[in-house]
Amino acid sequence: MATLKEVQSKIVSVKKTRQITSAMKMVATSRLRGAQNAMEAFKPYASKFAEVLGSIAGKSGEDASPLLVPREEVKKVALLLCTSDRGLCGGFNINLIDKAEKMLTSELEGKEVSFVCYGKKGRDWARKQGHTRDAEYIGVVGGNVEFSVASGSGQTLINSFLEGAVDEVYLIYSDFQGMAKQVPTVKQILPIPSLDEVVADELQSPAEDEAFLPEHICEPSSDALLGEMLPKNVFIQIYDALLQTSTSEHAARMRAMENATKACEDMVGELQTIFNKTRQAAITADLMDIVGGAEALKG
Amino acid sequence: MADKFFLEVVTPQKAIVSEEIQSISAPGSEGEFCALKGHTTFLAALKIGGIRYKDASGKERMLFVSGGFAEVLPDKVTILAESAERRKDINIDRAREAQSRAEKRLSDKAADTDIVRAQAALQRAMFRTKIAGTR
Repeated sequence: MATLKEVQSKIVSVKKTRQITSAMKMVATSRLRGAQNAMEAFKPYASKFAEVLGSIAGKSGEDASPLLVPREEVKKVALLLCTSDRGLCGGFNINLIDKAEKMLTSELEGKEVSFVCYGKKGRDWARKQGHTRDAEYIGVVGGNVEFSVASGSGQTLINSFLEGAVDEVYLIYSDFQGMAKQVPTVKQILPIPSLDEVVADELQSPAEDEAFLPEHICEPSSDALLGEMLPKNVFIQIYDALLQTSTSEHAARMRAMENATKACEDMVGELQTIFNKTRQAAITADLMDIVGGAEALKG
Repeated sequence: MADKFFLEVVTPQKAIVSEEIQSISAPGSEGEFCALKGHTTFLAALKIGGIRYKDASGKERMLFVSGGFAEVLPDKVTILAESAERRKDINIDRAREAQSRAEKRLSDKAADTDIVRAQAALQRAMFRTKIAGTR
């Protein structure tokens, strides 16, 4: 049985851990609010964009832009892996990386895959596994996501797609579906799958105040306009994925820290019981000694 | 007094403007255009430049936009821009710095300079300082 002192110092240390985890939980909560606000703020832009895109996409043919045309033979694939920079968020990063691994062993078997990593955890994993990394962006996810990051990396991808350096581009990110639900998701971003799908995806409620306007006068032509909007749409998708992943990261960390705090509380309770038992045993032993001594003196 | 209609300027970060206005002029990619209430539906790509509008009280206001799209409806104009700033929000020191940086990059003519990007940066900086300077 542990000595009284040992148990006591253990209690103190667990209590300290609990303090730290509960502080981290509070930090995650406030960051989560910020990330959710950023997501909220982005919504009007994304849905308006989808609306406008939808209304001109209807007028243009499927071959209006090379970004829409699937490659006959897919040899080189780029994976954009969004993870967090920091750990202590439960299975959050593992789940995302799992998704990437699964893709590598199934659909992408035998293809040349290169990674673009947003976030340190995914980068570290890709480096360890010896995957090719085209680019990495650290300090983006979880903080203040700038649109220029999405547009910068998106432009690079589009360029390499147009040059034929990559044939397909997928995005792996964590879809924020609620405080307790973050789903690792794969989305194809290049070639752009089908405009109807993209538009339907962004517009959860298509029949908002005004429906699609059938006839716009376009300047320049609708095809040229579409050509300008499609790359922007790719940036929007990346930006959205980064925002979602950031929000998910904070939600996951919040939950992980909450669980840790609870575990600490349980542990303190158990240790306290052991402490009381040990203390009582010591008192009983002392009493026995005294009683025994007194009996002997009487003898 | 002119009829009022609605202007919305949204960027990925936030909505910059959402108010009633009397008129607007914006830098379309094929040339500057102006819209009043009742304009036919119209969709245009925007260049880097300044948007001018008259707010509900008839006061003239300026915005900087770094390209984007404008959707004009009879009773509403929506502008989608990657970045946009009201005149008072423009950081003029930063814009000046960016301008000299871009000019330097363009004059150095290093082999790896992305000319298109540097030119765009220069344009953005020039319009920012210009808009911030107008009264």
